[in-house]
Amino acid sequence: MVGLSMILLIAFLAVFAPFVSPYPKHAGVFVNFAEASQPPSLRYLFGTDVFGRDILSRIFFGFRFSLMMGAVVLCLVVPPGVILGLIAGYFKGSWVDTVIMRITDIFVAVPPLILALAICSVLTPNIFNAMMAVSLMWWPWYCRLVYGLSSSLRNEFFVEAAELTGAGRVHILFKEILPNCVSPIFTKMSLDMGWVMLIGATLSFVGLGVQPPKPGLGTMVADGRIYMPDQWWITVFPALAIMIVVLGFNLLGDGLRDLFAVEEV
Amino acid sequence: MSESLLEIKNLHVGFDIYGGHLKVLDGVNFAVGKGEKVGLVGETGCGKTTTMKTVMRILPIPPAKVRNGEVFYKGKNLLRVNLRKVRGVKGKGISMIFQDPTAALNPVFTIGRQLMDVVRYSTGADRSGDKIRNRAIGALKDVAMPDPERILSNYPIQLSGGMRQRICIAMALVTGWEFLIADEPTTSLDVTIQDQVLRLLGNLIEEKGNSTILITHSLGIVREWTDRVYVMYAGNMVEASPTKELFSKPLHPYTQGLMKAVPKLTGEGMAEGVTGRIPNYLTPPAGCRFHPRCPHVMPICEKERPPFFDVGDAHQVACFLYKE
Amino acid sequence: MTEEIVIAKDLKKHFHTSRGTVKAVDGINFSIPEGEMLGLVGESGSGKSTVAYTIMGMYRPTAGEIHFRGQDISREARKRPKALKKEIQIVFQDPGSSLNPRRSIKQILELPLKVHGLLTNKSGTQQVERLLEMVELPLDYMYKYTEAIGGGEKQMVAIARALATNPSFVVLDEPTSALDVSVQAKIINKLMQLQKELKLTYLFITHDLSLMRNVATRVAIMYLGKICEVASASEFFRNPVHPYTQMLLSSIPVVSEEEEQLKPKKVLSRGEIPSPVNVPPGCSFHLRCPVKKEFCSQDDPEMVTVGEDHIVRCHLFS
Repeated sequence: MVGLSMILLIAFLAVFAPFVSPYPKHAGVFVNFAEASQPPSLRYLFGTDVFGRDILSRIFFGFRFSLMMGAVVLCLVVPPGVILGLIAGYFKGSWVDTVIMRITDIFVAVPPLILALAICSVLTPNIFNAMMAVSLMWWPWYCRLVYGLSSSLRNEFFVEAAELTGAGRVHILFKEILPNCVSPIFTKMSLDMGWVMLIGATLSFVGLGVQPPKPGLGTMVADGRIYMPDQWWITVFPALAIMIVVLGFNLLGDGLRDLFAVEEV
Repeated sequence: MSESLLEIKNLHVGFDIYGGHLKVLDGVNFAVGKGEKVGLVGETGCGKTTTMKTVMRILPIPPAKVRNGEVFYKGKNLLRVNLRKVRGVKGKGISMIFQDPTAALNPVFTIGRQLMDVVRYSTGADRSGDKIRNRAIGALKDVAMPDPERILSNYPIQLSGGMRQRICIAMALVTGWEFLIADEPTTSLDVTIQDQVLRLLGNLIEEKGNSTILITHSLGIVREWTDRVYVMYAGNMVEASPTKELFSKPLHPYTQGLMKAVPKLTGEGMAEGVTGRIPNYLTPPAGCRFHPRCPHVMPICEKERPPFFDVGDAHQVACFLYKE
Repeated sequence: MTEEIVIAKDLKKHFHTSRGTVKAVDGINFSIPEGEMLGLVGESGSGKSTVAYTIMGMYRPTAGEIHFRGQDISREARKRPKALKKEIQIVFQDPGSSLNPRRSIKQILELPLKVHGLLTNKSGTQQVERLLEMVELPLDYMYKYTEAIGGGEKQMVAIARALATNPSFVVLDEPTSALDVSVQAKIINKLMQLQKELKLTYLFITHDLSLMRNVATRVAIMYLGKICEVASASEFFRNPVHPYTQMLLSSIPVVSEEEEQLKPKKVLSRGEIPSPVNVPPGCSFHLRCPVKKEFCSQDDPEMVTVGEDHIVRCHLFS
């Protein structure tokens, strides 16, 4: 529940950023050297950065990038991963299973961040390419999760019953097996949101994700690095923001897991 | 009737769940005398296992809650006794064997290890390894296990269901039981093996003069192996009687329904017996819990819960039909 | 004479494992005339469920044949014509696992109709209602999920599902073993009623002989992959001759004196069923047989007739 409230709050802030942030224009190109590098005060709750931009407002806008990254990556990653996992699990023991799972293994073997960095450095660094890169190494995990579920579910009597009645394979995969995988998939998705966002922030931090002057949270942390520890607010607040978002999703994921576990009992 | 070794008085046990409170046991009264073999018959969900778990203090206390009632064993109220002391009582006094021997045995330890652990815990840890081992072998011999030394080094998965159940009996044996609670000990076994295991249990009980509660949903087993029977429905005892009498004269409508529903070798077909379902424990019926399904229901049944009425030789029925 | 719609000829199903070959079903023969019920009785390890699954096509027979209405169907279900799947259905033992917990009862009952194109209009509501009525379940159960209903009711749904396509042959794999006795009575009576109304043929797998006494037309006893004795129900219980049958019958706990009288003289059950990987030589029962002779450990007996419609596989009679 706590997780859910946190996420809802953040989502709200992200969506309505232009309306709720005190200084919406600061998210874009904006310079006000007169107010630059102000510590947190009543006027600028989180202070301003070296360009005079209000950190709090930029964080709200930054949430947009983070959430978008998470959402887009998961949308790209979950359908193919799940479908391949279903198929591989159902045909466990056959060549279909071997082919799919070996491909999965190959992708899993590559350290995710390295792959993302490699891809992003080859292509133009921007948030879209960052999302592509992260997606590319994220899908195998869904495939594996569903593979495990699917291969054990296929032996259940209700699947057997459907087959004996003559149901086709498509029906069995999507109407009999998949509904029983939904809870673990959703739990994983909410836990993953946190991770994806963290990786996105990391990519931005090293300059391969959200490019300045856009207010990506990771970018903001990077920007403020050199001003530590004097103008600590420039880095610390965005970092805290990242932490809160990730924590929120983790709590949500835990909550979901517990909810589904009770259901099964 | 011999003095009661175990006596349960007016036990009320409930479970707190997400949607409310399940009022499962609704005033259970139950007594077992020394040397008696008492059967407890009831269908799934009637509360027989809950009752026994309460006696053994192995109910998971939240969400379960003992709301009222007492359980006396040899005069002591088991529910009030400190948990550690109860373990001592349990270990040396009351033993329990469960329905599924496969689940009762740890698959990753050998039989010998598990059996010797039980010996060690129940008789104090100071015995030498050899003495413990010999006791274990002795117990295995008592339950007619072939080749006991070899069995000690086997894993449960290498043995059949019947053998596993016999090992569970052996584990109960080594604690020197005076009182055995057997919860559906043969339900998961084949009928020929069931016969062997029950005969074995019967012999052991006769030898030691112990008291036993045999929980089952099989009326046939109760008829062959018990002296006295309690019939349980939805958290209440509805009938208590010496075994012979129950089968020649079942009085409670539920008991009668059950008897009719059992398939018989005479080939007379099975009457539907009892229509309807067991009640929802969240909102159990008022008055007699059986009244919604009873073919002889009367107005009073919907309002008051019938107590046990005496109907003759140690035969009691909780039904207003027998009020006088 | 009624047509025999299901015939098994020397059916075998062996499983090859690292520890040896499990001869789950090792040469069984039976035939079931239309409208009758054959009770296949055995303890665990006898192979009775394997027989059921092989007939359904869940396993491919290792040897032997299965005939349905004269057609040879000795193949896996995948290789069988779709139309056949309409005709042969199965009810499994545990309704909790044979019904998908994530599908509503309406979806479960509609599936066989959809697969075989039997839906009369887009939504199968009316047909599902008819099915629910047939098994005496309330119509509003359509939208429920299986976790909301009891074991007996779940099994009724499983039965309704099996009958949705109007099959002629239904395999019942211990349909009431997991249920309480009063629920069992209701389900069995319903099955018998439906058998009469819809002219169904049943193969009833069970370990419960008392139950068979009340419902089967003929009874066959299995032990370690082979059939020991087959007879009509009344003959079977009046005059059981195979030593294993007698052992089984005398071990059944009964509830009345009259039944006690009907049981054969007490044959104390001894020993346990050997593992099907290590089938004893000769007659597979000889290690436990109270009346075994010399040659019982050497030769496997053949089936012989000992009475009208009564065959036994035992050296005592050959």
